[in-house]
Amino acid sequence: MFLALIGGLLIGLGAGLLWFLNGRILGVSGIIGGLFNFNRTDTLWRMTFLAGLLSGGALMYHFHPQSFEMIQMPSTAVVIAGFLVGIGTRLGNGCTSGHGVCGISRFSVRSIVATLLFMSFGILTVSFVRHVWGGL
Amino acid sequence: MKPAIGSYLSGLIFAIGLAVSGMTQPKKVLAFLDIFGDWDPSLMFVMVGAIGAYSVVYRLVLKRQKPLIEDKLQIPEPRKVDKELILGAIIFGIGWGLAGFCPGPALTSLATLQKAPLIFGLGLLGGMITFKLLRDRKLV
Repeated sequence: MFLALIGGLLIGLGAGLLWFLNGRILGVSGIIGGLFNFNRTDTLWRMTFLAGLLSGGALMYHFHPQSFEMIQMPSTAVVIAGFLVGIGTRLGNGCTSGHGVCGISRFSVRSIVATLLFMSFGILTVSFVRHVWGGL
Repeated sequence: MKPAIGSYLSGLIFAIGLAVSGMTQPKKVLAFLDIFGDWDPSLMFVMVGAIGAYSVVYRLVLKRQKPLIEDKLQIPEPRKVDKELILGAIIFGIGWGLAGFCPGPALTSLATLQKAPLIFGLGLLGGMITFKLLRDRKLV
């Protein structure tokens, strides 16, 4: 719980850094999705954001690999999950970071609605998969 | 060049935060969403910490009126709740609940070269490209 809180503070500070330095609201799906519009002046900062994520991931994996413990799951389910997350976050204009962290902090009604919806449907999906379907 | 450094630093701190918080462990995320089963509420503190820190920084920078590197703050214009937002959030929620990955933790975990994030990343790429193709043809 302590680590969750410290991690959360760092997430908030990381997002705050993009706002303080670049004047942009951090939304991972939006930053990455914007890469597909191929605009020279706009692409570099998005690419380096991704490089930052990967550097942070590599650094943490080196010192604390337990933070990246994966679970066994059929690849078909994982690829479908990725597809749904990709199309859903683009259509809904945000994910856990843009809506869930930044949007809620800014009291954006859209983000509050989106967060309630994706949390609810995440809960429904896990409940269905685990307690009705009998697991993946 | 400078905005690229700003976004790199932001991504770096953000990713470290994700890993420390437990968000890069799908097992934890799924247990957090499993409120009718063996519920693990600890990730609630991630939201508390992240929203707490960002709320303060957001308002301090608003007072300052200008970011450090770029010329101006890009505040999203207020928009109504529309059906794209609702449908998109629902689809995202289903995908999130299926594998326990949202975009930030999934991309951060790519650095570990483990199979799950790589496969999830392929699906994510496919979903984003599909969206782009549909949007370019004004189908969504």
